[in-house]
Amino acid sequence: MLESMDPVLLARIQFAFTVSFHIIFPATSIGLASFLAFVQWRWLRTREEVYLSLFDYWIKPFAVVFGMGVVSGLMMSYEFGTNWSVFSDKTGPVLGPLIGYEVMTAFFIEAGFLGVMLFGRDKVGPRLHFMATFLVAAGTLMSAFWILSVNSWMQTPAGYSMNEAGQFVPENWLKVIFNPSFPYRFVHMAFAAYLTTALVVGATGAYHLLRDRQNQTARTMFSMAMWFVAILAPLQILAGDQHGLNTYEHQPAKIAALEGHFDSQAAAPFYVVGWPDVEAGKMEYAIAIPYLGSWILTHEFTAEITGLDAFPREDWPNVHIVFWSFRIMVGLGLLFLGLGVWSLVQRYRGRLYDSPWLARFALLLGPTGYVAVLSGWVTTEVGRQPYTVYGLLRTAESASPVATPAVATSLAAIVVIYLFIFGLGTYYTVRLLAKVPPDSPEPQTRGLLDQGGARAVRILRLLIPGRGA
Amino acid sequence: MDLALIWGFVIAIAVFVYVALDGFDLGVGILFPLLRDEAERDTAIGAIAPVWDGNETWLILGGGGLFAVFPLAYAVIFPALYVPLIVMLLALVFRGVAFEFRVHSGGHKWFWEHAFFGGSLVAAFAQGIALGAWLQGIDVEGRAYAGGWWDWLSPFSVTTGLALVFGYAMLGAGWINLKTEGALNERAQSFIIPLAAATVAFIVVVSLWTPLLNERYWVRWFTFPTMIYAIPVPVLVALTVFALWQALKQGWALRAFLATEILFLLCYIGLGISVWPDIVPTAITLQEAAAPDKSLGFLLVGAVVLVPLILVYTAAAYWIFRGKVRHGGYHH
Repeated sequence: MLESMDPVLLARIQFAFTVSFHIIFPATSIGLASFLAFVQWRWLRTREEVYLSLFDYWIKPFAVVFGMGVVSGLMMSYEFGTNWSVFSDKTGPVLGPLIGYEVMTAFFIEAGFLGVMLFGRDKVGPRLHFMATFLVAAGTLMSAFWILSVNSWMQTPAGYSMNEAGQFVPENWLKVIFNPSFPYRFVHMAFAAYLTTALVVGATGAYHLLRDRQNQTARTMFSMAMWFVAILAPLQILAGDQHGLNTYEHQPAKIAALEGHFDSQAAAPFYVVGWPDVEAGKMEYAIAIPYLGSWILTHEFTAEITGLDAFPREDWPNVHIVFWSFRIMVGLGLLFLGLGVWSLVQRYRGRLYDSPWLARFALLLGPTGYVAVLSGWVTTEVGRQPYTVYGLLRTAESASPVATPAVATSLAAIVVIYLFIFGLGTYYTVRLLAKVPPDSPEPQTRGLLDQGGARAVRILRLLIPGRGA
Repeated sequence: MDLALIWGFVIAIAVFVYVALDGFDLGVGILFPLLRDEAERDTAIGAIAPVWDGNETWLILGGGGLFAVFPLAYAVIFPALYVPLIVMLLALVFRGVAFEFRVHSGGHKWFWEHAFFGGSLVAAFAQGIALGAWLQGIDVEGRAYAGGWWDWLSPFSVTTGLALVFGYAMLGAGWINLKTEGALNERAQSFIIPLAAATVAFIVVVSLWTPLLNERYWVRWFTFPTMIYAIPVPVLVALTVFALWQALKQGWALRAFLATEILFLLCYIGLGISVWPDIVPTAITLQEAAAPDKSLGFLLVGAVVLVPLILVYTAAAYWIFRGKVRHGGYHH
């Protein structure tokens, strides 16, 4: 039975599985590292106990999540070679140095200062300790910079030529690194990491507020998280829109598939839901909004939109997957926006901590940031099939000459071990988050965002008749 | 000297730094069942908890660096070593998460202590097997691996696997001896001589076996003039063993630990003498596997600046956690 399975398909499943598990952890550690650096900085500035409590509370789940990110990432760096050796041989001269820079400018900084951040506060004093936290946070962002550059180059290759051995070789490093889709993808992912973390921190605060709305650490946690969500959710929608325009320019087949546009047409509709019938080449059971499809992709209502009919059938990605994963991501994004707006309303009314339904909604949305991140990645990665290097190197021609049973066995082992380890790891993390944070005195100096926010609220009250402050 | 050779040395150094550093923290894991109680295990973990992640990063530099500068070698060696590498990675997953899981898992602590031991042991064994499988030769056709998925398994590769387990355990004992006090320290010290004896025995066996693997190794080690380079290595091994024994007798923990590391360095140099100038032994040279100069040069500029910087702040991290670990290890 094993022999009859396609080793490339198995290798793809293995890669999808390991990378999906992996991205959850960096998405959290990018956000949490910055959050920890932020609260520690507030603590150094204000010496308010609540910030120290927040730091001590969040450093523990951070350590657990960071460890899981390190080991699941190590797996990724070897998987290129074990399962995708032809891809590695061909792209190594271009992509290898970028990963080399990721190791040297990000992984070593994170790993080198993590020990000081986790265990060194008594040894180095508060300022150097903050430096360590800050450098770990900077390292996580540097890492995202390089790896997203690598991924983006695979989507929109630039700055290369081919040599006689069939390898991609670099011609212009700036064009390689800052390839056309990189800036959009990087911003979109950095926002996603911060937003996902804000949702987790917010849900944790909400959970504890629902039990004791006087707990000051929980209040500060919730308030900070809701500011982040309120600011980041609309920014993320803007970034996603820009990223979509860029994708439409460089990978129109991906856009046609995720929009369910089989036919090229002017004044294209947007399908809110529907069932793409790939054989018949049309959308069934669709709820369509006229003109919106054209507007989303070009910001003009009647523009001509490229459909899947412009591409040979063998170059289409899987329409069902990308159509739905894209809708899940966008739908969740709109819910995040809703949470942000609702929190602003309640804050304005002075009821941020006394609104059980807001807290319940925040709690419910807590883990959904990860769903949005994963469905976003599914959209972009399935959407660029059937290529590993877009338009140039087919996935089917990228895999290692490894026997099917080897790939199948390793896939089975990886699935069992990952589900076990990362399942338990998630359980331990959630258990840490269920612990009641220590209460602390109410801060005398308001948080940075609250200062700005209080000013914004005063201005709003002046602007809205009948509610003058 | 050209860029491919410079990079050959850089990758070789990165892999050695990995072996020297992660070797002792894997070794601490291998010694776990020999520690008496939970407090001793906490202390032993405390001796490596602040530095293990940095140590393991050198493994990523080795793998990532190979991808960048010798992509052909990466594309040939990794499929050939498919099974031992995947096993090693999964074992490292187990032991890597165990550092934090054992603290936060409540009633599961016993399980994660076993996972830490098992993961360390299996990772060391798999690394040794990978080393042996690489040294004994890899089938190459065109630009791809041409062998089967069990080629890595041989009496020789199992021997190198065991050799690395004992060698890492020796490094781990040397590190615990250096970083702890009291009964744990005494016991770790008593492990060093037997482990060093076992390691040296393996060194002798592997050294005599290697020239029999193929004619090239034989010619290099037993014919003039290349013998001139090879002869000092066994002599230096003997001197290092003597220095280790002296250091233990005098109670110099740091010197004893460094002697165990020098033993590793000498084996590593011996290995280099055997395979030079190949990156896939007897099949692909460094030159043949190298990426174009534009790739090598671009990454080298970064490496020249960043690697010394990395060494400085890594040294600083070790300096911050210098001295003996207090009983029970660190907490956050």
